[in-house]
Amino acid sequence: MIPLAFDYARPDTLDDAIALLAEKGEDATVLAGGHSLIPVMKVRLGAPEFVIDIGRLAELDYIRVEGDEVAIGAGTKHRDLVTSEVLGAEVPLVPAVARTVGDPQVRARGTLGGSLAHGDPASDLPAAVLALDGSIVLRGPRGSRTVGIADFYTGVFSSVKEPDELVVEIRLPRKGDAGWAYEKFTRRSNDWAIVAVAVCDGKVGLVNMGSTALRATATEEALTAGKSIAEAAALADEGTEPPADTSGTPAYRRALVKVLTRRALETAAG
Amino acid sequence: MSILGTRVVRTEDPVFLTRGATYTDDLTDERLTGALHLTLVRSPVAHATIASIDTSEALAAPGVVAVVTGADLDIDPALLFPGANKAMTRPFLASERVRFVGEPVAAVLSEELYQGEDAADLVDVDYDPLPVVIDPLASANDETLLFPEAGTNTAAAYNHDEEPDAGFFDGCEVVVTRDLVNQRLAAAPLETRAASAFWEGDRVTLYISNQNAQGGRDEIAGWLGLDKDKVHVILPDVGGGFGAKIGSDPEFGLVAWLSRRQGRPVRWNESRSENMTGMVQGRAQRQTVTIGGTREGKVTHYRLDVVQDAGAYPRLGTFLPMFTRMMAPGTYDIENVDSRARVVVTNTTSIAAYRGAGRPEATAAIERAMDLFAAEIGKDPAEVRKLNVVSPDKFPFTTKGGVEYDSGEYAKAIDLALSESGYAELRAEQKARRERGDVRQMGIGVSSYVEITGGGAFAEDASVEVHADGSVTVLTGTSPHGQGHATAWAMLASEHLGIGLDKITVKHGDTDLIPSGGGTMGSRSLQTGGIAVHQAAGELVDLAKQRAADLLEASVDDLEVDTDNASITVRGVPGSKSVTFADLAAAEQLKVDTTWDGKKPTFPFGAHVCVVEVDTESGKVTVEKIIAVDDAGPILNPLLCEGQRHGGIAQGIAQALLEEVVYDEEGQPLTGTFADYGIPSAAELPSFDLVEMTTPTPINPMGYKGIGEAGTIGSTPATQSAVIDALSHLGIRHIDMPLTPLRVWEAINAASEASS
Amino acid sequence: MKVQISVNGEDTSADVEPRLLLAHYLREQVGLKATNIGCDTTSCGACTVLLDGEAVKSCTLLAVQAEGQSVTTMEGLEGASDGTPTHPVTAAFHAEHGLQCGFCTPGMVMSAVSLISHDDDLDERKVREGLEGNLCRCTGYHNIVRAVLVAAGKDPDAEQKAEAESDALRTAPGFSRGESAEEAQA
Repeated sequence: MIPLAFDYARPDTLDDAIALLAEKGEDATVLAGGHSLIPVMKVRLGAPEFVIDIGRLAELDYIRVEGDEVAIGAGTKHRDLVTSEVLGAEVPLVPAVARTVGDPQVRARGTLGGSLAHGDPASDLPAAVLALDGSIVLRGPRGSRTVGIADFYTGVFSSVKEPDELVVEIRLPRKGDAGWAYEKFTRRSNDWAIVAVAVCDGKVGLVNMGSTALRATATEEALTAGKSIAEAAALADEGTEPPADTSGTPAYRRALVKVLTRRALETAAG
Repeated sequence: MSILGTRVVRTEDPVFLTRGATYTDDLTDERLTGALHLTLVRSPVAHATIASIDTSEALAAPGVVAVVTGADLDIDPALLFPGANKAMTRPFLASERVRFVGEPVAAVLSEELYQGEDAADLVDVDYDPLPVVIDPLASANDETLLFPEAGTNTAAAYNHDEEPDAGFFDGCEVVVTRDLVNQRLAAAPLETRAASAFWEGDRVTLYISNQNAQGGRDEIAGWLGLDKDKVHVILPDVGGGFGAKIGSDPEFGLVAWLSRRQGRPVRWNESRSENMTGMVQGRAQRQTVTIGGTREGKVTHYRLDVVQDAGAYPRLGTFLPMFTRMMAPGTYDIENVDSRARVVVTNTTSIAAYRGAGRPEATAAIERAMDLFAAEIGKDPAEVRKLNVVSPDKFPFTTKGGVEYDSGEYAKAIDLALSESGYAELRAEQKARRERGDVRQMGIGVSSYVEITGGGAFAEDASVEVHADGSVTVLTGTSPHGQGHATAWAMLASEHLGIGLDKITVKHGDTDLIPSGGGTMGSRSLQTGGIAVHQAAGELVDLAKQRAADLLEASVDDLEVDTDNASITVRGVPGSKSVTFADLAAAEQLKVDTTWDGKKPTFPFGAHVCVVEVDTESGKVTVEKIIAVDDAGPILNPLLCEGQRHGGIAQGIAQALLEEVVYDEEGQPLTGTFADYGIPSAAELPSFDLVEMTTPTPINPMGYKGIGEAGTIGSTPATQSAVIDALSHLGIRHIDMPLTPLRVWEAINAASEASS
Repeated sequence: MKVQISVNGEDTSADVEPRLLLAHYLREQVGLKATNIGCDTTSCGACTVLLDGEAVKSCTLLAVQAEGQSVTTMEGLEGASDGTPTHPVTAAFHAEHGLQCGFCTPGMVMSAVSLISHDDDLDERKVREGLEGNLCRCTGYHNIVRAVLVAAGKDPDAEQKAEAESDALRTAPGFSRGESAEEAQA
């Protein structure tokens, strides 16, 4: 199993990468860690004619505090999210979620920006960013723009990102004092989540409960209205459209998401 | 001190841990230089007639030398299991009809591997869909026939001529019956299938990844219409088999045929995605168990009905129910046993052996039946087992399954497993959790098992030769692919000769060097090939003594081996003259060829206790502990033996909890990659507690039985039973394998709906 | 296109298609065959090598992505060149019988090397989770876990010993003892 042939370039700067992406148009695909893209290309479900490798752009590899927010370069690898002291202090949910992505080898290559840009509804980090109410900085030939995560996804593997734009940064509010938890339910340790729930500061992000990462808004509203955790968690499947596969039926996922939401909220409450 | 029974580390490992083993795809044999790469075009549909195949675009692609279809073949479709319906033959490339997703329909030969994969996408096959049969029970109705010329979907039937006796269970105080699924599994050895072939004149040499060179040679020669001596099969290092590399695959014959056609060497190494549909799979039985007996717990009647799914083309799966019927009563002394089986074809990958091959299915059935019976009469499942096992004074014991168990202490094995597990403590903890209403409930599963090893070929050849430099060559017809025969067989020879393991080379898997051999399967190797080596080395000592008698001026009876010096010396005469094996070999070839025939199989046994925790809100099962008492007689090398048990236990737990090959209604595999098929990683398993017990067999002079499959056979029912036990207070009596979180949650959900 | 990759300390280079997987580069261009390919889905880890010191799956990397970087395979470990497994990890795999058919072994060994380099206080649970990206079909992992603990300088029997000496309910090391059960004990 090998990809179809393609041309390849590794620009030295972000500006060069954006210019090249504009030039190549829809025939081009961006490669960061490659752990979403290469598997798809190997089974020939994806066959770009041109691959632009941004995996070594130091400009995209940083984690820093900026005012009320933490800014994370899109090229930051999962492993670096796990070990980051800044994230551990400012948004501890992120290292905890990143630690559950794939396996050590995958975490050594996969990137935060790549995971968010790919937008698999079963992946962990989109729901975490959703629970944190973060935002995504996009850059293209027309300049930069910032999109709130709640407005980012439009469907399975699709977002408001234009084909000539790159995810360059993820901005998260500093939540060092807030209660948080991540409950991920898998069959095997490195499987995709059957369902997972990310909680931070009363906000709830859901993994694999629909065509995109979702917020459990009914649960959040119930909590705001002073309902108990158990009562709020019982609403976690409202507005979801969970998928069916060999690991779970929609009914199972609906039941599971309530259990995991309750557990996550209890853990977050301390 | 004897080397037997000691923890000798493997002599194979230094190479494996430095430059790595040499698997078929790693070969650098110069006769394979310039080999063409074979890429197979496989059917994407489960059942269809082939309207047309257009190869022109593929043929024009870069690097493509040939694109071959069934129309080009001059070898006849083959019956892959002699006992199956004779009409159910498999073509080497389908040309009229495809019968499962993954069936080869065209062969692309290219200069480079990547070119072949590109070109294979360009072969245009037009399929006309036919109705698809996936469910073996539906197949038995013969509504849609896979082989219209056969007139039936039944490939074979055992004891199926007469209606079952309706009054069989009359007089039983308690009768329980249940349908069970012993699900389809993928053996999934980490090395997929591979073959390389080249011709020298009219003789082909084939490297294949397989468990038996000699059997493979015979099949390939038959397919190609060649004399056996025109086929030379070599097995390089083999990356796991687990039964699925028994028997030659049609692809191997095709590789040899294509190499002859093109006049060039050909290499083939399948991808994992191909392997998950192309390689034979295992288990795949639907069973109905009915068990009857007294309220006190004595089981008097047992019936087992099996429908075996053979997949699209009958292979060794056709045979599995024979083993299942043979071992149906398990460790129990049951007066009345009745069993029957029917083997049917479906539009799925062919079924053959997978670790245990028919015996795990028998054990899973009787152990589930015992649990159901115990639950029905409200007694402890371990106690009911002990009440019914064959008592030690009855051996050799001829069962109602029609076989003779050689030796066993079944109740003792159960007791050992129970005491090692702290069974009473565990039951107390379980009770406490139930009383507290814990979300996480505990379950304890007990299994008692006996299995048949060396159940097919009882004889094996061996050759031992000492060379003039003092080194030794051992030839064996067994075929290790991870089991460590190079170490174990050297230990057996060393014990007799006093020659160190570093000087002993064990060779296997080459039909020119070793023309006859039964390979490694069915846990047969030690009790057949190992004993043959033991016998050969002993005979070599006898030969050496005869030759030494004149030199040492002593009677043969007065001679003995000085194992410190690898020499023959006169007994009881310190400082007497001696002569080394090497010196004898320098004078005249010192070699023995022998055959050992045990004439019978052996019956290893044991008991496993599994402790699980079940999250009753999510259905998640965690194996907390597994205690395995496995008695295979005396142990040649505990390190290797434990390794076999560990691997078996892991695969057994995996069947109980994780693994299942699943097809949708159209026959599309839903578990066609390692991302979907649930092989456990280290993170899903605990360490295993092994408990030793030693009951020799009288069948061979060392008392050895087989150990390769024991772990798998014992651990599956113990684990399944543990999960059900954790939920028994909810009224749950049975859940089919694999007990995934989804299945367990659904069972809990149904139980709670039923009670509310 | 031309790539230059340092493999086991030796400079290698070749003119390759951009789509060439690093695993194939190592096997076919460099001729190092220890690294195996066991699946198509980044699942099995048999192809694991170190890239600039980090364990990665070489079936999910293009050779061109590794341009100018350094790769270590099992053949590059101490003792490998003369066929003696003297690296702490390979020595422990040998002593503890941490391999059977050997197919997963090169990847498993390289994952273990990486795991040990990242954590100087490994225990059984951490080893099991640290090897989650590598499948073995033969060993049931029991002896692999032992080997990695030994290579990390830990006593592989420590948890079993502690458990044997404890009065607490005996459970497999590192697994949940049940939250409510713990609370009840507390």
